[in-house]
Amino acid sequence: MLSLIATRILSAIPVMGVVALIVFFMLRLSGDPAAILAGDTASSEQVERIRVSLGLTKPLYEQFFGWVMQLLRFDLGTSLFTGLPVTTLIAQRIEPTAMLALSTIVFSVLVAVPMGVLAAWKANSWIDRLVMVICVLGFSVPVFVMGYFLIFNFAITLRWFPVQGYTSPFVDFGRFVSQITLPTLTLSFIYVALIARITRASVIEVLGEDYIRTARAKGQVETRVLFRHALKNAAVPIVTVIGLGVALLIGGVVVTESVYNIPGLGRLVVDAITRRDYPIIQGLILFFALIYIVLNLIIDIIYTLVDPRIRY
Amino acid sequence: MSISRRELMAGAAALTGGLALPGSQAALAQAAPKGTLRVIPHAALTTLDPVATTGYIVRNHGYMVWDTLFAQDEKLAVKPQMASGVEISADKLTYRITLRDGLAWHDDTAVTSADCVPSLIRWGQADGMGRRLFTYIESVTTDGPKVIVIKLKRPYGLVLESIGKLSTNVPFMMPKRFAEKAVTDRLGVDDMMGSGPFRWNKAEYRPGARVVYDRNPKYVPRAEPASNAAGGKNVFVERVEWVNFPDPNTALNALVSGEVDYYEQIPADLLPIVSRAPGVKVANFNPLGNLGMARFNSLQGPTANPAIRRAIAKAVNQSELLKVAIGNPEFYKTCYSVYPCGTTFENTSGSDLMAKSSLDEARAMLRAAGYNGEKIVLLATTDIPVQSAMAQYTADVLKRIGMNVDAQAMDWATVLQRRTSKNPIEQGGWSMFFTWWEGADLLDPVIQFALSGLGEQGAWVGWSKDDELEKLRTAYAEAASLDQQKQLAAQVQARQFEQSFSVYTGMFYVPTGFRENISGILNAPPFFWNIKKA
Repeated sequence: MLSLIATRILSAIPVMGVVALIVFFMLRLSGDPAAILAGDTASSEQVERIRVSLGLTKPLYEQFFGWVMQLLRFDLGTSLFTGLPVTTLIAQRIEPTAMLALSTIVFSVLVAVPMGVLAAWKANSWIDRLVMVICVLGFSVPVFVMGYFLIFNFAITLRWFPVQGYTSPFVDFGRFVSQITLPTLTLSFIYVALIARITRASVIEVLGEDYIRTARAKGQVETRVLFRHALKNAAVPIVTVIGLGVALLIGGVVVTESVYNIPGLGRLVVDAITRRDYPIIQGLILFFALIYIVLNLIIDIIYTLVDPRIRY
Repeated sequence: MSISRRELMAGAAALTGGLALPGSQAALAQAAPKGTLRVIPHAALTTLDPVATTGYIVRNHGYMVWDTLFAQDEKLAVKPQMASGVEISADKLTYRITLRDGLAWHDDTAVTSADCVPSLIRWGQADGMGRRLFTYIESVTTDGPKVIVIKLKRPYGLVLESIGKLSTNVPFMMPKRFAEKAVTDRLGVDDMMGSGPFRWNKAEYRPGARVVYDRNPKYVPRAEPASNAAGGKNVFVERVEWVNFPDPNTALNALVSGEVDYYEQIPADLLPIVSRAPGVKVANFNPLGNLGMARFNSLQGPTANPAIRRAIAKAVNQSELLKVAIGNPEFYKTCYSVYPCGTTFENTSGSDLMAKSSLDEARAMLRAAGYNGEKIVLLATTDIPVQSAMAQYTADVLKRIGMNVDAQAMDWATVLQRRTSKNPIEQGGWSMFFTWWEGADLLDPVIQFALSGLGEQGAWVGWSKDDELEKLRTAYAEAASLDQQKQLAAQVQARQFEQSFSVYTGMFYVPTGFRENISGILNAPPFFWNIKKA
């Protein structure tokens, strides 16, 4: 296990290097932050002055190596617009995104896994079809449509929840719950669909196995058969899809944060792209890449826990 | 917009009297403020130096934290603000500006003339009108802690209009240690130290998401009623929060549900919904409006030829364009003056070019100009609906008069980058882009940067070069009377239409939405003093 972790950490270094290289040079083709910073009514000389002050007139290789040297010191750089360190900006925004992602994963797993198991158990019944309809809807309805639908019904019409905003659970837990509920439901919809479908397919496959028949023949109660024997053996693809689903989650978080006005990392990266704030974009993409690598490592470790046959 | 010494001294006298009156505005400021005003601004505040950058959101931020020596009222007259008055020498070469009592920075140290001098100098390096003013200035010095002395090389008619200008870049007064920074060394989160009616709340600042201002309890407002940027800046709420909403629909829902109090600029397509929402009012608080503009590249390609630029101006029909771009006639009007209609210098000199638009005449003018099918590149913004519609309309019109149009779709950030290119069309150059200005930025020939004829030596992008235009602008700046100024402003306008460095595409208004328990909103750029929340 330790060798797996060490190997992964070492292999992450070239991956991050390639990501850094691509991101840096692609961004330089995309726009000029000095012109945006100066504003619409700025003169050419004002723009040029800002360009010089930001170091954007230096040769690209010089800018790149300067940034790499910063990275080696664990410094993601400073926002061209706010003048704040990128790490500070990430620290300010990470909590809302992490809370939204966490609540979505927890809610989705709690809802989708039983749904999938139930659909598999009652395969081809109306329950199964209902679950599949929900899954199709989850895949088909865009996140923002679901967001507006929930806001209109539960925030504007019924006034059960606020329309927007985020409050830290460490500041006001009640307000946190009321504000995070609709975003969580919105973002969970597609995630529930994904996990429920895979759970159903995996459990149906496992339910046909001899050891399930044996368990039933031994007189085990059905819930024990389903959750102890079937689900445990169907867990590897489910864990995989939960891990891969985090990719969907990051994409969905961007939209959900906009619809519910949550000041998280998704909005930070979109705003930075709009303004061509290079250090923030570069820093966040590296940060997201690191999260993917760590998540994949965690999933691989979980494999060994749910399936003892897997060894690294 | 000119101001006489007598008027200014009268203003100073009114201040002295006003302070003594019970129940005056100053006394009102002592009434217990309450509540938080939650505002959806028109853009996110991510850069903070109102002198180094020109964005309107940064200007609005500036008015929260800092104050100005002079300011314009609703009638656009220049009034003392931090100044108690000004003495102008008989030869009009020396201005002695005296600071009023009670001015203090947010760290409780006194505002002195030694702070104001570098503040004026820094602004004079950044702002177009400031740079022009400083070409006339021999020295800016102090005479004791409360008097600023400006000595001119020769008389200049716009000294107070310049340092009292309403819009970007506003000459805000800053503590010496910040004002002495180079313009390129932008002020950051730790430098937000002003003497304005609100204090910057650094701890709660989340760039791109939220900005918080606390009431400055030690601010001493002027005695006169608030009027535009002038008069008493009485604050009636404990704090103001600017909450940035990336999605207009969510912003609207937040206003309707009462989670926010004030939505600065409601998109035109959402107006019908807001108008029906209970508890919400809609009004236009910017009587100066906004003016749309198509700007030509005067250096490269077909638009380097003034005759071709005039032909394009002839083809653009403001009524049609505004209908496409704005839609609701309640929120737009045609305006064939280069100055906002309804303001001092509105006139009709040379305006027939656009007022009597005609495609047939435009075609004939193109032929006469020798246009031979050369490509014209439009930088067509996609992410700002008004500009996008302007670009689409113009592309269609230009095709209809027989031009070879390449309308290149891109986001505004890319337009800002592309338009700085002076390359030929074939090498990534451009011919036209579309934007709009607040009326306050176009009030006269000197304020209006788009009228500069300095070419590559200081004009706006497009690099309009015209010595005659510059001569007229200078004459305007040195004019001794309002009548003379009006005459010269009309000549500037006629010259602009003759050269057609820009096409003026009409006026439009973006209304504000607010909860019905909000009162006291000023007819001005969004200012948050004087507002009460019941």
